[in-house]
Amino acid sequence: MTVGFDDSATFADYAHPERLVSTEWLAEHLGEPGLAVVESDEDVLLYETGHIPTAVKIDWHTDLNDPVLRDFVSAERFAELLGRKGISRDTTVVVYGDKNNWWAAYALWIFTLFGHEDVRLLDGGRDKWIAEGREIVTTTFAPEPAEYPVVQRDDSTIRAFKDDVLEHLGHGPLIDVRSPEEYSGERTEIPGYPSESALRPGHIPSAASVPWARAAAPDATFKSREELDGIYKGEAGLREGDDVIAYCRIGERSSHTWFVLTHLLGFENVRNYDGSWTEWGSAVRVPITTGTERGEVPTA
Amino acid sequence: MTTTALPTALKEIKDEFLALEVPDRLQLLLEFSNELPELPERYRDHPNLFERVIECQSPVFIFVEVGDDDIVQLHATAPRESPTTRGFASILAQGLAGLTADEVIAVPDDYPQELGLSQAVSPLRVRGMTALLGRTKHQVTLKRHS
Repeated sequence: MTVGFDDSATFADYAHPERLVSTEWLAEHLGEPGLAVVESDEDVLLYETGHIPTAVKIDWHTDLNDPVLRDFVSAERFAELLGRKGISRDTTVVVYGDKNNWWAAYALWIFTLFGHEDVRLLDGGRDKWIAEGREIVTTTFAPEPAEYPVVQRDDSTIRAFKDDVLEHLGHGPLIDVRSPEEYSGERTEIPGYPSESALRPGHIPSAASVPWARAAAPDATFKSREELDGIYKGEAGLREGDDVIAYCRIGERSSHTWFVLTHLLGFENVRNYDGSWTEWGSAVRVPITTGTERGEVPTA
Repeated sequence: MTTTALPTALKEIKDEFLALEVPDRLQLLLEFSNELPELPERYRDHPNLFERVIECQSPVFIFVEVGDDDIVQLHATAPRESPTTRGFASILAQGLAGLTADEVIAVPDDYPQELGLSQAVSPLRVRGMTALLGRTKHQVTLKRHS
Protein backbone atom coordinates (compact mmCIF):
# COMPACT_ATOMS: atom_id res chain seq x y z
CA MET A 1 0.00 0.00 0.00
CA THR A 2 1.46 3.29 -1.07
CA VAL A 3 -1.22 5.90 -0.57
CA GLY A 4 -3.24 6.29 2.63
CA PHE A 5 -6.82 5.03 2.85
CA ASP A 6 -9.97 7.07 2.64
CA ASP A 7 -11.14 6.74 6.24
CA SER A 8 -14.32 8.77 5.82
CA ALA A 9 -17.25 7.68 7.95
CA THR A 10 -19.34 6.86 4.85
CA PHE A 11 -17.39 3.65 4.30
CA ALA A 12 -16.87 2.65 7.93
CA ASP A 13 -19.71 0.11 8.01
CA TYR A 14 -18.41 -1.90 5.07
CA ALA A 15 -16.31 -4.99 5.71
CA HIS A 16 -13.32 -3.59 3.80
CA PRO A 17 -13.68 0.20 3.66
CA GLU A 18 -10.13 0.48 2.31
CA ARG A 19 -11.45 -0.76 -1.04
CA LEU A 20 -13.36 2.47 -1.69
CA VAL A 21 -12.41 6.10 -2.10
CA SER A 22 -14.74 9.05 -2.41
CA THR A 23 -14.63 11.68 -5.13
CA GLU A 24 -13.44 14.23 -2.51
CA TRP A 25 -10.58 11.95 -1.50
CA LEU A 26 -9.53 11.38 -5.09
CA ALA A 27 -9.66 15.09 -5.93
CA GLU A 28 -7.32 15.77 -2.99
CA HIS A 29 -4.88 12.97 -3.83
CA LEU A 30 -4.65 13.35 -7.62
CA GLY A 31 -1.04 13.48 -8.76
CA GLU A 32 0.31 11.98 -5.57
CA PRO A 33 3.30 9.65 -6.11
CA GLY A 34 2.31 5.99 -5.93
CA LEU A 35 -1.27 6.61 -7.06
CA ALA A 36 -2.61 5.58 -10.46
CA VAL A 37 -6.12 6.32 -11.68
CA VAL A 38 -7.67 3.97 -14.23
CA GLU A 39 -10.85 4.57 -16.21
CA SER A 40 -12.69 1.47 -17.47
CA ASP A 41 -15.93 1.97 -19.37
CA GLU A 42 -18.38 0.01 -21.40
CA ASP A 43 -17.91 2.49 -24.24
CA VAL A 44 -14.38 2.31 -25.65
CA LEU A 45 -14.41 6.02 -26.63
CA LEU A 46 -15.84 7.56 -23.49
CA TYR A 47 -12.42 8.21 -21.96
CA GLU A 48 -11.48 10.25 -25.04
CA THR A 49 -14.47 12.55 -24.57
CA GLY A 50 -13.13 13.62 -21.17
CA HIS A 51 -11.68 11.93 -18.09
CA ILE A 52 -10.28 12.63 -14.64
CA PRO A 53 -6.86 14.35 -14.90
CA THR A 54 -3.97 11.82 -14.78
CA ALA A 55 -6.33 8.89 -15.47
CA VAL A 56 -5.25 6.22 -17.95
CA LYS A 57 -7.67 4.10 -19.94
CA ILE A 58 -7.89 0.32 -19.67
CA ASP A 59 -10.52 -1.19 -21.93
CA TRP A 60 -12.17 -4.41 -20.82
CA HIS A 61 -12.30 -5.85 -24.29
CA THR A 62 -9.21 -4.69 -26.12
CA ASP A 63 -6.84 -4.65 -23.12
CA LEU A 64 -8.02 -7.30 -20.65
CA ASN A 65 -9.38 -10.09 -22.87
CA ASP A 66 -7.17 -12.31 -24.98
CA PRO A 67 -7.90 -11.60 -28.65
CA VAL A 68 -7.96 -15.29 -29.61
CA LEU A 69 -8.59 -17.53 -26.61
CA ARG A 70 -11.74 -16.98 -24.55
CA ASP A 71 -9.79 -15.99 -21.46
CA PHE A 72 -8.12 -13.00 -19.91
CA VAL A 73 -4.76 -11.79 -21.16
CA SER A 74 -1.63 -13.70 -20.22
CA ALA A 75 0.63 -12.69 -17.34
CA GLU A 76 3.12 -11.29 -19.87
CA ARG A 77 0.52 -9.12 -21.59
CA PHE A 78 -0.90 -7.93 -18.29
CA ALA A 79 2.58 -6.94 -17.10
CA GLU A 80 3.26 -5.14 -20.38
CA LEU A 81 -0.10 -3.32 -20.19
CA LEU A 82 0.33 -2.14 -16.61
CA GLY A 83 3.94 -1.12 -17.19
CA ARG A 84 2.82 0.94 -20.19
CA LYS A 85 0.15 2.57 -18.02
CA GLY A 86 2.75 3.58 -15.45
CA ILE A 87 1.62 1.09 -12.80
CA SER A 88 4.05 -0.86 -10.59
CA ARG A 89 3.24 -3.80 -8.37
CA ASP A 90 2.99 -1.59 -5.27
CA THR A 91 1.02 1.25 -6.91
CA THR A 92 -2.30 2.21 -5.36
CA VAL A 93 -4.78 1.86 -8.21
CA VAL A 94 -8.14 3.63 -8.13
CA VAL A 95 -10.50 2.39 -10.82
CA TYR A 96 -13.62 4.21 -11.95
CA GLY A 97 -16.01 4.00 -14.86
CA ASP A 98 -19.45 4.53 -16.33
CA LYS A 99 -22.71 2.80 -15.44
CA ASN A 100 -22.32 2.40 -11.66
CA ASN A 101 -18.71 1.23 -12.05
CA TRP A 102 -19.88 -1.84 -13.91
CA TRP A 103 -16.74 -2.23 -16.02
CA ALA A 104 -14.53 -0.69 -13.37
CA ALA A 105 -15.48 -3.53 -11.03
CA TYR A 106 -14.64 -6.00 -13.81
CA ALA A 107 -11.20 -4.43 -14.22
CA LEU A 108 -10.70 -4.50 -10.44
CA TRP A 109 -11.61 -8.18 -10.33
CA ILE A 110 -9.10 -8.97 -13.08
CA PHE A 111 -6.39 -6.94 -11.26
CA THR A 112 -7.19 -9.11 -8.24
CA LEU A 113 -6.82 -12.32 -10.28
CA PHE A 114 -3.29 -11.17 -11.03
CA GLY A 115 -2.75 -10.51 -7.34
CA HIS A 116 -2.46 -6.73 -7.52
CA GLU A 117 -2.90 -5.89 -3.88
CA ASP A 118 -3.99 -2.30 -3.57
CA VAL A 119 -6.80 -1.73 -6.02
CA ARG A 120 -9.82 0.37 -5.05
CA LEU A 121 -13.01 1.68 -6.62
CA LEU A 122 -14.03 5.31 -6.82
CA ASP A 123 -17.45 5.27 -5.14
CA GLY A 124 -19.99 6.71 -7.58
CA GLY A 125 -17.60 6.35 -10.51
CA ARG A 126 -17.51 8.60 -13.52
CA ASP A 127 -21.09 9.78 -13.19
CA LYS A 128 -20.67 11.16 -9.69
CA TRP A 129 -17.38 12.89 -10.52
CA ILE A 130 -19.01 14.63 -13.48
CA ALA A 131 -22.27 15.38 -11.65
CA GLU A 132 -20.25 17.20 -9.00
CA GLY A 133 -18.71 19.41 -11.67
CA ARG A 134 -15.19 18.20 -10.99
CA GLU A 135 -12.42 18.72 -13.50
CA ILE A 136 -12.24 16.57 -16.60
CA VAL A 137 -9.70 16.80 -19.39
CA THR A 138 -9.53 15.43 -22.93
CA THR A 139 -5.77 15.17 -23.33
CA THR A 140 -4.65 11.56 -23.13
CA PHE A 141 -2.42 11.16 -20.10
CA ALA A 142 0.95 9.62 -20.96
CA PRO A 143 2.50 8.37 -17.72
CA GLU A 144 6.14 7.50 -17.21
CA PRO A 145 6.32 3.76 -18.05
CA ALA A 146 6.89 1.49 -15.07
CA GLU A 147 8.23 -2.02 -14.50
CA TYR A 148 5.48 -4.49 -13.70
CA PRO A 149 6.49 -8.07 -12.88
CA VAL A 150 5.13 -11.06 -14.78
CA VAL A 151 2.84 -12.71 -12.22
CA GLN A 152 0.60 -15.65 -13.09
CA ARG A 153 -3.11 -15.32 -12.38
CA ASP A 154 -4.63 -17.21 -9.49
CA ASP A 155 -7.70 -18.68 -11.19
CA SER A 156 -8.65 -20.90 -8.26
CA THR A 157 -9.73 -18.50 -5.52
CA ILE A 158 -12.08 -15.86 -6.91
CA ARG A 159 -12.82 -17.35 -10.33
CA ALA A 160 -15.12 -20.27 -11.05
CA PHE A 161 -15.19 -22.42 -14.17
CA LYS A 162 -18.10 -24.48 -15.44
CA ASP A 163 -16.95 -27.64 -13.64
CA ASP A 164 -16.62 -25.69 -10.39
CA VAL A 165 -20.22 -24.58 -10.75
CA LEU A 166 -21.37 -28.16 -11.40
CA GLU A 167 -19.60 -29.26 -8.22
CA HIS A 168 -21.03 -26.34 -6.29
CA LEU A 169 -24.61 -27.03 -7.39
CA GLY A 170 -26.71 -28.22 -4.50
CA HIS A 171 -23.97 -27.39 -1.97
CA GLY A 172 -23.84 -23.63 -1.96
CA PRO A 173 -25.75 -20.58 -3.12
CA LEU A 174 -25.57 -19.06 -6.58
CA ILE A 175 -26.47 -15.49 -7.43
CA ASP A 176 -27.73 -14.69 -10.92
CA VAL A 177 -27.16 -10.98 -11.42
CA ARG A 178 -28.78 -10.61 -14.86
CA SER A 179 -32.07 -8.87 -15.55
CA PRO A 180 -35.29 -10.63 -14.49
CA GLU A 181 -36.10 -11.35 -18.16
CA GLU A 182 -32.79 -13.07 -18.71
CA TYR A 183 -33.28 -15.04 -15.47
CA SER A 184 -36.74 -16.29 -16.31
CA GLY A 185 -35.74 -17.15 -19.85
CA GLU A 186 -38.30 -14.94 -21.53
CA ARG A 187 -37.15 -14.44 -25.08
CA THR A 188 -36.18 -10.91 -25.84
CA GLU A 189 -34.52 -10.95 -29.25
CA ILE A 190 -36.42 -9.93 -32.33
CA PRO A 191 -36.72 -12.59 -35.04
CA GLY A 192 -34.28 -12.00 -37.86
CA TYR A 193 -31.83 -10.10 -35.69
CA PRO A 194 -30.00 -12.73 -33.71
CA SER A 195 -27.97 -11.23 -30.93
CA GLU A 196 -24.81 -12.86 -29.69
CA SER A 197 -26.22 -15.04 -27.01
CA ALA A 198 -26.68 -18.54 -25.65
CA LEU A 199 -28.57 -21.38 -27.29
CA ARG A 200 -30.93 -21.86 -24.32
CA PRO A 201 -32.51 -19.23 -22.09
CA GLY A 202 -33.13 -19.55 -18.34
CA HIS A 203 -30.95 -19.84 -15.26
CA ILE A 204 -28.88 -22.29 -13.25
CA PRO A 205 -31.21 -24.21 -10.90
CA SER A 206 -31.19 -22.91 -7.30
CA ALA A 207 -29.68 -19.53 -8.27
CA ALA A 208 -31.26 -16.51 -6.60
CA SER A 209 -32.01 -13.54 -8.83
CA VAL A 210 -30.42 -10.29 -7.67
CA PRO A 211 -29.85 -7.93 -10.61
CA TRP A 212 -26.40 -6.40 -10.09
CA ALA A 213 -27.43 -2.74 -10.18
CA ARG A 214 -29.61 -3.18 -7.10
CA ALA A 215 -26.40 -2.65 -5.14
CA ALA A 216 -26.13 0.90 -6.48
CA ALA A 217 -27.89 4.02 -5.24
CA PRO A 218 -29.31 6.54 -7.76
CA ASP A 219 -26.09 8.61 -7.59
CA ALA A 220 -24.09 5.50 -8.63
CA THR A 221 -22.50 5.07 -5.18
CA PHE A 222 -22.95 1.80 -3.32
CA LYS A 223 -25.97 1.44 -1.08
CA SER A 224 -25.42 1.38 2.67
CA ARG A 225 -24.30 -1.74 4.50
CA GLU A 226 -27.75 -2.10 5.99
CA GLU A 227 -29.49 -1.92 2.63
CA LEU A 228 -27.04 -4.37 1.07
CA ASP A 229 -27.45 -6.80 3.97
CA GLY A 230 -31.19 -6.57 3.43
CA ILE A 231 -30.87 -7.49 -0.24
CA TYR A 232 -28.24 -10.23 -0.15
CA LYS A 233 -28.76 -11.77 3.28
CA GLY A 234 -32.44 -10.93 3.67
CA GLU A 235 -33.99 -11.42 0.24
CA ALA A 236 -31.45 -13.73 -1.39
CA GLY A 237 -30.87 -15.66 1.83
CA LEU A 238 -27.07 -15.71 1.93
CA ARG A 239 -25.65 -16.65 5.31
CA GLU A 240 -22.37 -15.68 6.82
CA GLY A 241 -19.65 -18.11 5.86
CA ASP A 242 -21.40 -19.21 2.66
CA ASP A 243 -19.34 -20.05 -0.41
CA VAL A 244 -21.03 -18.08 -3.16
CA ILE A 245 -20.76 -18.14 -6.94
CA ALA A 246 -22.07 -15.18 -8.94
CA TYR A 247 -22.67 -15.17 -12.68
CA CYS A 248 -24.20 -13.08 -15.46
CA ARG A 249 -23.68 -13.33 -19.22
CA ILE A 250 -19.93 -12.93 -19.61
CA GLY A 251 -18.84 -12.23 -16.04
CA GLU A 252 -18.79 -8.43 -16.06
CA ARG A 253 -21.95 -7.58 -14.12
CA SER A 254 -21.16 -10.37 -11.66
CA SER A 255 -17.76 -8.79 -10.98
CA HIS A 256 -19.69 -5.89 -9.51
CA THR A 257 -21.65 -8.28 -7.28
CA TRP A 258 -18.40 -10.11 -6.40
CA PHE A 259 -17.04 -6.75 -5.19
CA VAL A 260 -20.13 -6.07 -3.09
CA LEU A 261 -20.18 -9.51 -1.47
CA THR A 262 -16.42 -9.69 -0.89
CA HIS A 263 -15.39 -6.17 0.02
CA LEU A 264 -18.55 -4.54 1.30
CA LEU A 265 -20.28 -7.45 3.05
CA GLY A 266 -17.18 -9.47 3.96
CA PHE A 267 -17.95 -12.87 2.41
CA GLU A 268 -14.61 -14.63 2.18
CA ASN A 269 -15.31 -17.23 -0.47
CA VAL A 270 -17.01 -15.61 -3.40
CA ARG A 271 -16.19 -16.70 -6.92
CA ASN A 272 -17.18 -15.09 -10.20
CA TYR A 273 -18.15 -17.53 -12.94
CA ASP A 274 -17.01 -15.54 -15.97
CA GLY A 275 -18.06 -18.22 -18.47
CA SER A 276 -21.53 -17.31 -17.22
CA TRP A 277 -24.66 -17.69 -19.30
CA THR A 278 -22.93 -17.48 -22.69
CA GLU A 279 -21.17 -20.71 -21.73
CA TRP A 280 -23.76 -22.39 -19.50
CA GLY A 281 -26.68 -21.67 -21.82
CA SER A 282 -24.84 -23.29 -24.73
CA ALA A 283 -23.23 -26.22 -22.92
CA VAL A 284 -24.61 -29.73 -23.50
CA ARG A 285 -26.51 -31.43 -20.66
CA VAL A 286 -25.98 -28.91 -17.92
CA PRO A 287 -29.10 -28.37 -15.80
CA ILE A 288 -31.20 -25.33 -16.67
CA THR A 289 -34.48 -24.12 -15.36
CA THR A 290 -36.86 -21.42 -16.63
CA GLY A 291 -39.39 -19.18 -14.96
CA THR A 292 -39.19 -16.90 -11.97
CA GLU A 293 -38.68 -19.65 -9.35
CA ARG A 294 -35.17 -20.71 -8.36
CA GLY A 295 -35.83 -24.32 -9.31
CA GLU A 296 -34.54 -27.59 -7.91
CA VAL A 297 -31.10 -29.02 -8.52
CA PRO A 298 -31.61 -32.38 -10.27
CA THR A 299 -30.44 -35.32 -8.18
CA ALA A 300 -28.87 -37.75 -10.57
CA MET B 1 -26.09 -11.39 -57.41
CA THR B 2 -23.61 -9.00 -58.94
CA THR B 3 -21.13 -7.17 -56.77
CA THR B 4 -21.71 -3.46 -56.88
CA ALA B 5 -19.02 -0.90 -56.21
CA LEU B 6 -19.19 0.77 -52.82
CA PRO B 7 -20.92 4.19 -53.00
CA THR B 8 -18.43 7.07 -53.05
CA ALA B 9 -18.97 8.44 -49.54
CA LEU B 10 -18.79 5.00 -47.91
CA LYS B 11 -15.67 4.23 -49.92
CA GLU B 12 -14.04 7.48 -48.82
CA ILE B 13 -14.85 6.83 -45.17
CA LYS B 14 -13.40 3.34 -45.42
CA ASP B 15 -10.21 4.61 -47.07
CA GLU B 16 -9.89 7.31 -44.44
CA PHE B 17 -10.00 4.74 -41.61
CA LEU B 18 -7.67 2.27 -43.29
CA ALA B 19 -5.07 4.97 -43.97
CA LEU B 20 -4.65 5.46 -40.21
CA GLU B 21 -2.79 3.49 -37.57
CA VAL B 22 -5.10 1.59 -35.22
CA PRO B 23 -5.06 4.10 -32.28
CA ASP B 24 -5.77 6.99 -34.66
CA ARG B 25 -8.82 5.16 -36.00
CA LEU B 26 -10.38 5.64 -32.55
CA GLN B 27 -9.80 9.38 -32.84
CA LEU B 28 -11.44 9.45 -36.25
CA LEU B 29 -14.40 7.53 -34.84
CA LEU B 30 -14.63 10.16 -32.12
CA GLU B 31 -14.70 12.89 -34.78
CA PHE B 32 -17.57 11.12 -36.49
CA SER B 33 -19.27 10.82 -33.11
CA ASN B 34 -19.04 14.58 -32.62
CA GLU B 35 -20.43 15.18 -36.10
CA LEU B 36 -23.65 13.24 -35.60
CA PRO B 37 -26.25 15.91 -36.42
CA GLU B 38 -29.01 16.83 -34.01
CA LEU B 39 -32.40 15.52 -35.08
CA PRO B 40 -34.34 17.85 -37.38
CA GLU B 41 -36.85 19.95 -35.44
CA ARG B 42 -39.81 18.12 -36.98
CA TYR B 43 -38.80 14.79 -35.45
CA ARG B 44 -37.61 15.88 -32.03
CA ASP B 45 -40.94 15.45 -30.32
CA HIS B 46 -41.86 12.19 -32.02
CA PRO B 47 -39.97 9.46 -30.21
CA ASN B 48 -42.50 6.87 -31.43
CA LEU B 49 -41.17 7.22 -35.00
CA PHE B 50 -37.83 5.85 -33.93
CA GLU B 51 -36.77 2.24 -33.74
CA ARG B 52 -34.37 1.18 -31.01
CA VAL B 53 -31.40 -0.84 -32.18
CA ILE B 54 -31.26 -3.32 -29.34
CA GLU B 55 -28.12 -5.05 -30.58
CA CYS B 56 -26.10 -1.99 -29.62
CA GLN B 57 -24.89 -1.92 -26.03
CA SER B 58 -26.03 1.67 -25.67
CA PRO B 59 -29.43 3.11 -26.50
CA VAL B 60 -29.52 4.23 -30.10
CA PHE B 61 -32.62 5.04 -32.09
CA ILE B 62 -32.95 5.35 -35.84
CA PHE B 63 -35.54 6.65 -38.25
CA VAL B 64 -35.24 6.31 -42.01
CA GLU B 65 -36.95 8.61 -44.48
CA VAL B 66 -37.40 7.68 -48.14
CA GLY B 67 -38.34 10.75 -50.21
CA ASP B 68 -40.59 10.84 -53.29
CA ASP B 69 -37.41 10.79 -55.36
CA ASP B 70 -36.46 7.52 -53.58
CA ILE B 71 -33.58 9.28 -51.82
CA VAL B 72 -32.86 7.86 -48.37
CA GLN B 73 -32.10 9.88 -45.29
CA LEU B 74 -31.04 8.26 -42.02
CA HIS B 75 -31.69 10.05 -38.74
CA ALA B 76 -30.16 8.70 -35.56
CA THR B 77 -29.94 9.73 -31.96
CA ALA B 78 -27.79 8.33 -29.15
CA PRO B 79 -26.64 9.86 -25.87
CA ARG B 80 -23.36 11.79 -25.55
CA GLU B 81 -22.25 9.13 -23.04
CA SER B 82 -22.24 6.59 -25.88
CA PRO B 83 -19.65 8.04 -28.26
CA THR B 84 -18.87 4.75 -29.99
CA THR B 85 -22.47 4.14 -30.92
CA ARG B 86 -22.84 7.77 -32.01
CA GLY B 87 -19.76 7.33 -34.18
CA PHE B 88 -21.23 4.26 -35.87
CA ALA B 89 -24.52 6.06 -36.54
CA SER B 90 -22.70 9.11 -37.86
CA ILE B 91 -20.62 7.05 -40.31
CA LEU B 92 -23.78 5.54 -41.73
CA ALA B 93 -25.70 8.83 -41.79
CA GLN B 94 -22.87 10.49 -43.73
CA GLY B 95 -22.03 7.48 -45.87
CA LEU B 96 -25.60 6.82 -46.97
CA ALA B 97 -26.59 10.47 -47.47
CA GLY B 98 -28.07 11.12 -50.91
CA LEU B 99 -28.22 7.46 -51.95
CA THR B 100 -31.33 5.94 -53.51
CA ALA B 101 -33.23 3.11 -51.87
CA ASP B 102 -31.69 0.62 -54.31
CA GLU B 103 -28.20 1.85 -53.56
CA VAL B 104 -28.69 1.57 -49.78
CA ILE B 105 -30.03 -1.95 -50.10
CA ALA B 106 -27.02 -2.89 -52.21
CA VAL B 107 -24.51 -1.77 -49.57
CA PRO B 108 -22.64 -4.90 -48.47
CA ASP B 109 -23.83 -6.12 -45.05
CA ASP B 110 -20.25 -6.55 -43.94
CA TYR B 111 -19.27 -2.93 -44.61
CA PRO B 112 -18.73 -2.27 -40.85
CA GLN B 113 -16.14 -5.05 -40.74
CA GLU B 114 -14.17 -3.38 -43.53
CA LEU B 115 -13.31 -0.23 -41.60
CA GLY B 116 -10.41 -1.74 -39.69
CA LEU B 117 -12.10 -1.15 -36.35
CA SER B 118 -12.15 -4.71 -35.03
CA GLN B 119 -8.80 -4.31 -33.34
CA ALA B 120 -9.47 -0.77 -32.12
CA VAL B 121 -12.93 -1.27 -30.63
CA SER B 122 -13.36 -5.10 -30.67
CA PRO B 123 -15.43 -7.27 -33.05
CA LEU B 124 -18.25 -7.48 -30.49
CA ARG B 125 -18.80 -3.72 -30.59
CA VAL B 126 -18.52 -3.58 -34.39
CA ARG B 127 -21.50 -5.91 -34.46
CA GLY B 128 -23.58 -3.03 -33.15
CA MET B 129 -22.83 -1.12 -36.33
CA THR B 130 -23.70 -4.15 -38.45
CA ALA B 131 -27.08 -4.21 -36.72
CA LEU B 132 -27.55 -0.48 -37.38
CA LEU B 133 -26.93 -1.02 -41.08
CA GLY B 134 -29.23 -4.06 -41.12
CA ARG B 135 -32.09 -2.19 -39.52
CA THR B 136 -31.59 0.79 -41.79
CA LYS B 137 -31.84 -1.43 -44.86
CA HIS B 138 -34.89 -3.12 -43.40
CA GLN B 139 -36.65 0.22 -42.90
CA VAL B 140 -35.75 1.27 -46.45
CA THR B 141 -37.34 -1.92 -47.78
CA LEU B 142 -40.54 -1.18 -45.88
CA LYS B 143 -40.72 2.51 -46.80
CA ARG B 144 -39.54 2.64 -50.40
CA HIS B 145 -41.97 3.75 -53.04
CA SER B 146 -41.01 1.51 -55.91
